[in-house]
Amino acid sequence: MRKIVIDPVTRLEGHLKVEVMAEGGKVVAAEAAGTMYRGFESILAGRDPRDAVYITQRICGVCPVSHATAAAFALDDAFGVQVPTNGRIIRNLILGGNFLQSHIIHFYNLSLPDYVQFPAIAPFTRHYTGDYRLNKETNERLVGNYFKALEIRRKCHEMVALFGGKMPHQVAIIAGGTSMTAQKDKIDAYRKLLAEIAQFVEKEYAEDTRLLANAYSDYFQVGKGPANFLSYGAFPLDDYGRDKLIGAGVYIGGKPAGVDIGKVTEDAAHSWYDKAADGSPDKTATNARYGKAGAYSWVKAPRYGGEVCEVGPLARMWIAGRYTSGVSAMDRIVARTLEAALITKSLANWLDELDPGAPCEAPVEIPYAATGVGLVEAPRGALGHWITVRNHRIERYQAVVPTTWNASPRDAGGKPGALEQALVGLPVPDADNPLAVVRTVHSFDPCLACAVHVITPGKPVGEFKL
Amino acid sequence: MRNLSRREFLRLCGATGAALGLTHAIKPEILEAFAGPAGGRPPIVWLQGGSCSGCSVSLLNSVQPEIGKVLTDVISLQFHQTLMAAAGEPAMDVLPAVKKQYAGQYYLIVEGSVSTGDKVMYSTLGERDGKPVSFAEWVKTMAADAKAVIAVGTCATFGGIPAAGSNPAGSKAVSDVIGGVPLINVPGCPIHPDRVLGTLVHAIKYGMPELDHLKRPTVFFGKCVHDLCERRPMFDEGKFATRLSEQGCLYKLGCKGPMAYNDCPTRRYNNNTSWCVAANAPCVACVEPGFPDHTSPFFERMPEYGPAGTPSPQPHQGKIIGGDK
Ligand code: SF4
Ligand code: SF4
Repeated sequence: MRKIVIDPVTRLEGHLKVEVMAEGGKVVAAEAAGTMYRGFESILAGRDPRDAVYITQRICGVCPVSHATAAAFALDDAFGVQVPTNGRIIRNLILGGNFLQSHIIHFYNLSLPDYVQFPAIAPFTRHYTGDYRLNKETNERLVGNYFKALEIRRKCHEMVALFGGKMPHQVAIIAGGTSMTAQKDKIDAYRKLLAEIAQFVEKEYAEDTRLLANAYSDYFQVGKGPANFLSYGAFPLDDYGRDKLIGAGVYIGGKPAGVDIGKVTEDAAHSWYDKAADGSPDKTATNARYGKAGAYSWVKAPRYGGEVCEVGPLARMWIAGRYTSGVSAMDRIVARTLEAALITKSLANWLDELDPGAPCEAPVEIPYAATGVGLVEAPRGALGHWITVRNHRIERYQAVVPTTWNASPRDAGGKPGALEQALVGLPVPDADNPLAVVRTVHSFDPCLACAVHVITPGKPVGEFKL
Repeated sequence: MRNLSRREFLRLCGATGAALGLTHAIKPEILEAFAGPAGGRPPIVWLQGGSCSGCSVSLLNSVQPEIGKVLTDVISLQFHQTLMAAAGEPAMDVLPAVKKQYAGQYYLIVEGSVSTGDKVMYSTLGERDGKPVSFAEWVKTMAADAKAVIAVGTCATFGGIPAAGSNPAGSKAVSDVIGGVPLINVPGCPIHPDRVLGTLVHAIKYGMPELDHLKRPTVFFGKCVHDLCERRPMFDEGKFATRLSEQGCLYKLGCKGPMAYNDCPTRRYNNNTSWCVAANAPCVACVEPGFPDHTSPFFERMPEYGPAGTPSPQPHQGKIIGGDK
């Protein structure tokens, strides 16, 4: 038995350490640990509730818009305010643009260096060695698109900034709607950028995914995890949130069901927090206890009715029935690409639905006391914010973020998190170069639409129909 | 093309919006002057501590020069957690290797605050002899042999969001944990790519830029947002918005532009696309040491606020003449 430590796992945002035990060339046990703590929940206490939108964005610079959206939903809920149609749509345009940015940066700039050989200059040197299998032509194409993707993802951010003011950390999503109105010139500029991005997604991103999946088709067999899924849903299509582009649901033990938010709990048995962190997110508190016996991570262990769930693009596509070919490291990558295509199409429709001149924000009043819940999807999965307002100020705030689901440590019952489960069974022929481990970790990005019959596990990849 | 003088370079840095000229400053002919040790490119180590990675993401939004060019032609980015191909041990081996090979020649860029004191282990990076190493220790170790240190983003420069409120992670600014090495602060939540690359190129090519009392380069942080703002005439005439989505000065809705020193209104973000007030949102003075505690509540008019016992945020320079009309 040999212990392999990867600290840090790079090419993701934040700090992740992964430790695996290998025996006979295979992973037999795994631990995932978050190694950085900032304590947002305590930072928020006592503030003007409206400020939560701007403050919580700073949880993540890669998916700030998801936090802004979750916070705004929680405040809309707590304040009892009805967001006007334009406000709903502009929020969708801001969030959708960042989904595209996030999926593209993940595939090209965060994942590809696991599979593609880059020129031997910093920052590409000293990577793990092993089975880099692409032929010269494909390798060159993907290196070229790594750089092209940097430009396209920048344009995604420019698209977001048209309505969001700036990115990262947009400023237009506020309690009650958006500060930004549906200006005609902004709509036109958004449409223009979107056309170029859509072209890249359809022509390059889809094909590059196919090429990668073909060359590494054995990754359809590994990295499975719990195969339970959770999605809170995102992109409301009507003003009452009845219909959403990405639906809410759970899939547990092979059975689909609706989301019962009361079943979400957090568990800190193996996390560096005290007992107050255990329970329902509308009641828990987060008090750091570094060095606590038996703990190994700053990440808590959220569970749904006690079950471990995977969240993210594969979970969403699976629950919606849009992609159900398999659960593996490569299926996550494919599902992400398909979702990018789905969102690209929808953004164009939403632009048409904007009504220049109509209001985008509703007035809000901060109540003396209230509670609110904001549920949305981040590129990386289900995101929930819970707020309690007292004396017109934030009394408590709790955020349960996607990577807590995916990279959670073991819970009190000893059940490992989704990523920890997915790593078991992976081949590690060379303990000094655990390539399959980093590939599988990245498949979660700890960040479609049509019909997709893309991939059958183990078989060559078929066609993408976007 | 002839070599640029420092004065000309500063003019290019100061040029704003579409006219921004850093591209001209980073042409190959000019790069020759770098004659950096790592294949002609200056070695850079970029460490991320208590941050959201937003500054790294924002750096990728650089347009002139394109970030791809920066990575391949301008700098030699030896260490950067979000971008480097290496992971785990091979990645961590880079730091001692750079420290030794390029002592006195590499630039250290720090993003994020530093956990200190009894909370120093709240942020760790890599292991030594099977034990986690604190981020604070890496910052000190790598700063000791750097040519200069550039703290990027408000977390690294002033503590920012992680140091707000009860400061649960003992977060401090880079300036609080290092000494004896030239330090430049480039705040922003997140940073603007021009301000970081402009500062870096200045440091490489011309040495330390002129800094203000907070160690910020004056070329980017010398003017007040309120003085540059396109809605300033509305402020002076007393035309205040009563709802964010209305056209009008946002002062009464919480804008902290009068206490922010930054060129946002003219430089704008995301390839000259927009900035906070242009999107009808108040400036929250994200480049100031008081962000976020002394610049909030974000949507409440500024002079009346400030935690008990501390002075209320007041404009340093911008005159509040139309404020009470
Ligand atoms: S208060 Fe704000 S919106 Fe008004 S002029 Fe000053 S910076 Fe511009
Ligand atoms: S306008 Fe104010 S809040 Fe916006 S980026 Fe500039 S300094 Fe920061």
